[in-house]
Amino acid sequence: MRGATYARPVVCAVALALVATACGGGGSDTGAVLSSSWGDPPNPLEPANTNEVQGGKVLSMIFRGLKQYDPKTGEARNMLAETVDTTDGKNYTITIKKGWTFSNGEKVTARSFVDAWNYGASLKNNQRNAYFFEYIDGYDRTHPADGGKQSADTLSGLKVVGDRTFTVRLRQKFSSFPDTLGYNAYAPLPRAFFDDHAAWLKKPVGNGPYRVESYTRGSQLSLRRWDAYPGEDKARNGGVDLKVYTDNNTAYTDLMAGNLDLVDDVPASQLRNVRTDLGDRYINAPAGIIQTLAFPYYDKRWSRAGMEKVREGLSRAINRVQITRTIFRDTRTPAVDWTSPVLGKEGGYRAGPCGTACVYDPAAAKRLIKEGGGLPGGQVRITYNADTGSHREWVDAVCNSINNALGDDKACVGNPIGTFADYRNRITDRKMTGPFRAGWQMDYPLIQNFLQPLYYTGASSNDGKWSNPDFDRLVDKANAETDTARAVEKFRQAEEVLRTDMAAIPLWYQNGNAGYSQRLSNVALNPFSVPVYDQIKVG
Amino acid sequence: MGPYVARRLLQMIPVFAGATLLIFLMVNVMGDPVAGLCGERTCDPATAARLKQEFGLDQPVWQQYLTYMGNVFTGDFGTAFNGQKVTELMATSFPVTARLTIVAILFEIAIGVTLGVAMGLSRGRPVDTGVLLVTLVVISVPTFVTGLLLQLMLGVEWGWIKPSVSWEAGFGELIVPGLVLASVSLAYVTRLTRTSIAENARADYVRTAVAKGLPRHRVIVRHLLRNSLIPVVTFIGADIGFLMGGAIVTERIFNIHGVGFQLYQGILRQSTQTVVGFVTVLVLVFLVANLLVDLLYAVLDPRIRYA
Repeated sequence: MRGATYARPVVCAVALALVATACGGGGSDTGAVLSSSWGDPPNPLEPANTNEVQGGKVLSMIFRGLKQYDPKTGEARNMLAETVDTTDGKNYTITIKKGWTFSNGEKVTARSFVDAWNYGASLKNNQRNAYFFEYIDGYDRTHPADGGKQSADTLSGLKVVGDRTFTVRLRQKFSSFPDTLGYNAYAPLPRAFFDDHAAWLKKPVGNGPYRVESYTRGSQLSLRRWDAYPGEDKARNGGVDLKVYTDNNTAYTDLMAGNLDLVDDVPASQLRNVRTDLGDRYINAPAGIIQTLAFPYYDKRWSRAGMEKVREGLSRAINRVQITRTIFRDTRTPAVDWTSPVLGKEGGYRAGPCGTACVYDPAAAKRLIKEGGGLPGGQVRITYNADTGSHREWVDAVCNSINNALGDDKACVGNPIGTFADYRNRITDRKMTGPFRAGWQMDYPLIQNFLQPLYYTGASSNDGKWSNPDFDRLVDKANAETDTARAVEKFRQAEEVLRTDMAAIPLWYQNGNAGYSQRLSNVALNPFSVPVYDQIKVG
Repeated sequence: MGPYVARRLLQMIPVFAGATLLIFLMVNVMGDPVAGLCGERTCDPATAARLKQEFGLDQPVWQQYLTYMGNVFTGDFGTAFNGQKVTELMATSFPVTARLTIVAILFEIAIGVTLGVAMGLSRGRPVDTGVLLVTLVVISVPTFVTGLLLQLMLGVEWGWIKPSVSWEAGFGELIVPGLVLASVSLAYVTRLTRTSIAENARADYVRTAVAKGLPRHRVIVRHLLRNSLIPVVTFIGADIGFLMGGAIVTERIFNIHGVGFQLYQGILRQSTQTVVGFVTVLVLVFLVANLLVDLLYAVLDPRIRYA
């Protein structure tokens, strides 16, 4: 016994020398830090300026908003909000819970929100997400659509009523407004953000479960657990080091070598062997992302009557099952509607709106395209950007599928564009001549977010400029509906209009995927395909 | 010497202006970069206009170029789209790539020249043929294959090194990436040195040196090698510029946040400021390296004089 007692510290010392693990600890709430792969955010790291996943990942760790989306169900739950009250779907009174502070000690008040939203909506601040505030009264003055001089710096629809209460007046009825408040753009901001903006950008301060310990732009962001975090979702690990990788293949190699704990972007080339490499440490979970083919409705050849048959024919010529299995290794699921399964039944998703139109059937495809008057010019060119994602692979596969179904080698060809910026330019300048890649990652898990921004007349992501008065009317009605279930029903009816006109071809729902090291447990991806960092246990 | 250097420095001005103008125009031809900043949606026109104004993209190209060049001379290389100063990006990435290049060049000199001399002196023997064959293999295998293989073997299978370089990128971490980066050039340096040595080994001055009774190492190092180095130095000099800007493949494989990576990202994001700024500095490095090589000629071969 004596020998064993003496031997223990020695073993510990040796173990410490080999790996830096704590001896004698081993509880679930160790202070151990995990490392995770990251991409350099293309925009400055501000809540209303971040419109992509990499920056959003950080914001979701250092900020908590009025609402928080449940990582499993996507349901919007009150976080900082005590109550969000409305009687008419247009005027809201928001009360914040007591006891919330920023990690620098400053209290989170109604003003923290109102100031942040005013900042986001003000044209002079160049915030990429400004349009999130467009429903609030006064947006047309703080953010004139023509780019002219703004006549107000603050939104007239926002009023601080008390220390923890403020009111929001919208310019139109929008019943699902409270459910959108979990989006990062609505996060509160501390005074430090306005007082010394440059310093804040160097080391952002928020009110989330993590605080920024150090930030080396373009290389590494070290987040540590904020011990005084007042919320219930305290971090269950000591912190997260986000490391920028030049290539996701390198990150994966680092994971294999044990230098990295978490990769939330398994490269397409590794999907083949990821199961053997990682076993059950590989996650492949549905996310709120849908890929579609949009059409240029400003081009007469695509908007004339009868073309809906051609579009449906094209849709039926695409073998989604085969492509998702062979090209994507089941990280995509064949689409059967225009929304996403992560919405759940309550949220408005259901299998079927696309119906047979999304089922591969070469004979029907041939017939429909013939009935519709044939492909314009005898050929479709699917335009995509070739710089990111593995778009080339699937576009080629889709074209092969179409060519085989139609028995014509030249029925479909890919049309790659070098960079994403150039691709977006051509879309903005209405230069598309045939179907083009359209991807949509939801901002918040609502059916409204999958339909309105993409298909409403003049909406920001309505790249094909599809327009249908019936659809618009149904969306307006849905937004005015104060009862959620009835609103969802209206949105579903709007989706039927999409189906009748085959406004865009749904391709597949995209999953989030991730792989992690043996040190980690309790790893999961939320519906935004971001790891739920605060729940991860290390060791 | 003085006037020669002055003349060379003056010559750099038109080269510099021409190169930057070309790059500037090329990046501009790629189109409007602002559209890519708003994700999968159209920027609202007001914000897009504001962003264009902020980055000076609302002016005609020639005016943009003049403003840009004016700023460059005051040391202001503009701002990247993520709000970071380009000079800041340079300050973090150039030292990393410089270290990588130094490691690579050291490998080229240490291994390449030594092997070349050994081979050149034992021409036709098995050692010579063997190494020749190896260099041929190294030249014909693409860098990314060598890089990925070494990374997998040393990093994952055997665990000798970390597969990726941390963002500090110290010299120690850069040995394997440096070797990978140097591999092809190293093979060329070996072959160049070999040929040059073999050629000069029969030169009159070598025979004279041997006849004078000088010790063998002195003959080789002082007389033979020194005269044989001219083509090798030319190659290595040009290689410095190439390695600085062309390390993108190696940098991506080993996660090195250097010049190549910044350029790659700048091009993808169509950030004129980043791309032109970095290329401008690379052009300068190239020009200076070439000048140094020319000056080295005079040191190596006393027959060469610059007036």
